[in-house]
Amino acid sequence: MPPIIELKAIYKIYPNGVMANKGVNFSVEPGEIHALVGENGAGKSTLMKIIYGMEQPTQGQVVVEGLERHFHSSRDAIDAGIGMVHQNFMLVPSFTVAENIVLGQEPTQRGLLNKQKAIDETIQISEQYGLRVEPKAIVDSINVGMRQRVEILKALYRGANILILDEPTAVLTPQETQELFLAIRKLVEQGKTVIFITHKLREVMEVSDRVTVLRQGEVVGTLPTSEATRESLARMMVGRDVLLRVEKPPAQRGRKVMEVQRLTYINDTGRSVLNDVSFNIYAGEILGIAGVEGNGQTELVEIMTGLRPSTSGNALVNGKAVLNKTPREVRMAGVSHIPEDRLTNGLALEASINENLIVDRYFRPPYKKGASIDYKQVAELGAKSIEKYGILTPDGELPVASLSGGNMQKVIVAREFTSDPELLIAAQPTRGIDVGATEFVREQLVKQRTDGTAVLLVSADLGEVMSLSDRIITMFEGEITGVFPDAASVTEEELGLYMLGIKHQSKEEMEELL
Amino acid sequence: MSFDVVLRSIFSAAFLASVLRISTPLILPALGGLITDLSGAVNIALEGIMLTSAFTGVVVSAYSGSVFLGVLAGVASGVLISFVLGWFHLHLETNIILAGIAINILATGGTIFLLYVLTGDKGNSQSLASGRVPNINIPLIQDIPFLGRVISGQHIFVWLAFILTWLVSIYLYRTPWGTHLRAVGENPQAAETMGINVKRTRMIALLISGFLASFGGMTMSMAYLTIFQREMTAGRGFIALAAVYLGGRKPWGTLLAAILFGFADALSHQLGSLRIPSQLVQTIPYIVTILALVIYNLREQAVKRERRRKFQEQHMQSMASVE
Ligand SMILES: Nc1ncnc2c1ncn2[C@@H]1O[C@H](COP(=O)(O)OP(=O)(O)OP(=O)(O)O)[C@@H](O)[C@H]1O
Ligand SMILES: [Mg+2]
Repeated sequence: MPPIIELKAIYKIYPNGVMANKGVNFSVEPGEIHALVGENGAGKSTLMKIIYGMEQPTQGQVVVEGLERHFHSSRDAIDAGIGMVHQNFMLVPSFTVAENIVLGQEPTQRGLLNKQKAIDETIQISEQYGLRVEPKAIVDSINVGMRQRVEILKALYRGANILILDEPTAVLTPQETQELFLAIRKLVEQGKTVIFITHKLREVMEVSDRVTVLRQGEVVGTLPTSEATRESLARMMVGRDVLLRVEKPPAQRGRKVMEVQRLTYINDTGRSVLNDVSFNIYAGEILGIAGVEGNGQTELVEIMTGLRPSTSGNALVNGKAVLNKTPREVRMAGVSHIPEDRLTNGLALEASINENLIVDRYFRPPYKKGASIDYKQVAELGAKSIEKYGILTPDGELPVASLSGGNMQKVIVAREFTSDPELLIAAQPTRGIDVGATEFVREQLVKQRTDGTAVLLVSADLGEVMSLSDRIITMFEGEITGVFPDAASVTEEELGLYMLGIKHQSKEEMEELL
Repeated sequence: MSFDVVLRSIFSAAFLASVLRISTPLILPALGGLITDLSGAVNIALEGIMLTSAFTGVVVSAYSGSVFLGVLAGVASGVLISFVLGWFHLHLETNIILAGIAINILATGGTIFLLYVLTGDKGNSQSLASGRVPNINIPLIQDIPFLGRVISGQHIFVWLAFILTWLVSIYLYRTPWGTHLRAVGENPQAAETMGINVKRTRMIALLISGFLASFGGMTMSMAYLTIFQREMTAGRGFIALAAVYLGGRKPWGTLLAAILFGFADALSHQLGSLRIPSQLVQTIPYIVTILALVIYNLREQAVKRERRRKFQEQHMQSMASVE
């Protein structure tokens, strides 16, 4: 069968001079699930945006179903039966699910919106493809899993035959990922073709038929998934052997750095998000929090870092109260923070890389000089960070918005690791970053801990929590359900029971271990 | 005049009628402000647009002798200015706030300059005979005892303000274009990827706002008065924006907020007859605007606190009952 999509010698040079694709040849067979992998900044999203008409290739041909195409906007690609789910959600938060799905193509009756029809059609395609959504729910109030399904339904509603999914699993829990894979398989059974981008090689092995590896804008190769292994793919991506496992010397637990006491938080809608949470973190250990997303971990981290006020309770860093203080006060107490939502809390997108690197320290020497900033110091720090953390950019003066998703994360990691913290709070530190960078971040986390920093790790990736942590606590519905003082001796199944609230240690049992 | 006379007159039909009349030049630009705010490119040149339209309407109606032509020219000038603003913002990518400020300054100076050129007077257009838009009497309604005297006999723009509020609310919430406009304002990238043209949508919003604000301006010079005075809009274009937020960014809410400000304005006219320094009395509408916004925000926060407190109580109770 002829390929349904064929890219021939695609070059893409962005206006800022970055060459994101260099002579890419890429072809997708009808009815397959084709995985696309590569390091952060390898040019995956760019290539997909070219297929979806959002970017125009500088040179090269796009052939869809045997016809050469020149898409000028997404509109053209949609009309040609292509749909794309973007790396970052593209939804209107105050609209309902149904309104988002029909956006731009609303059913009408005598010129006015036909809201009932929008709901009916949403229900109909939702059932047809087994993607469960609540048509009348406001998008702002639904969880990430459902948002993801809304995004896919948006494309299907427009009659997409070819579906591009750009890192759809980055924000999903393991359960939601499984549901998504089920849906993808069902789509393929119904004759759709799926292109799937991910950094998780286990997912590539699990769901795809073929896989293409990109490195620095070029195709390294395309092969049937059955002929690939995680190790071989990682090697193709990075160009060297990658350690998929973490090497970790035994922990040397030191003094108590942070103490959280009876923390309770009730949110604006009156829901109890955290309920009487107490635990300690010690120097030289990594404390991991395992839990299905949305069980209070996000709020816990935000409260601990001064981003959110608490309702009651206490938290001390080296004996100093940090609750309900400003983020700067918390940071001055020796806490650094890799936030979960890097686009809103981690970075100022329009500001330069260098500026983002000094936002937590511009007000003190050596970066402060008189009433102004010593830009020579800033440039030095920038250059050093870019080199040490492998941030892919020609220049530290460029806006962060021009970086690929994974490179944005590296900027945050660089800032937080170089601030010499007593306590490092890392929320989803490897979300959306490539294997090489993940290896690096994990190594650095372990190194910080071995050098005596207290580390709190919150991650939706259970494998990550288990392999990095020295001690693990599980959270369910805002409460701590279990403590495991020796992370190496607990199994995934066991943790799962506590994460889902099926098992529960008693207060007395936990008291000593927290 | 004593205080209780003032008080009694506030609750008279004539006073309420004047509230509607005075609110109109706030309601109309506020609707324009609302639409542009929802589209994500807020028009802060409403003031300048009103001023320009007020001036153009008077001049064209005076020279042509036709009220209709005057209104038409007034609207055209308002829409044209928004187009210029849109052009600068959307095509040349100027900051819309800066471009808006520039237009406001230009409108203030420009109208005075042209007034002087045409009449030799820098203060007002006394020597020009401006047209006046007609009043509307409605046979049955005008006979209803109190209400009839409030709403009948109002000039056409008062009616227009209410009708347009209704139309704007249909446009925003019941048509695809309005939906696209709101989507563009909230998440332009999402709209773009769904094939909606963001720039075009914002341009249309700006043009509509120019259309609406121009009626607000002409209300001042061709209905309320029949004369153009320098800087006669006196900040209404900005108070209109305050009404948008106080009204919760909803059409009818905006209308009510604008009427509240109109009420304050009308009140200051009434109090003008008391022996209170007039400078002080004239600040009332502006002080009410600030107070209203402050109270609105305090209330929002109180509602949130209350919800939290209630929950905690319930929570404590349920904990107590468990033990
Ligand atoms: N709009 C843009 N303007 C300028 N440069 C860009 C733009 N978008 C991406 N780039 C650059 O192009 C290169 C490829 O980016 P792209 O987003 O395609 O990477 P990716 O493979 O999707 O990475 P990730 O896995 O991190 O999402 C990067 O170096 C990035 O900085
Ligand atoms: Mg990408």
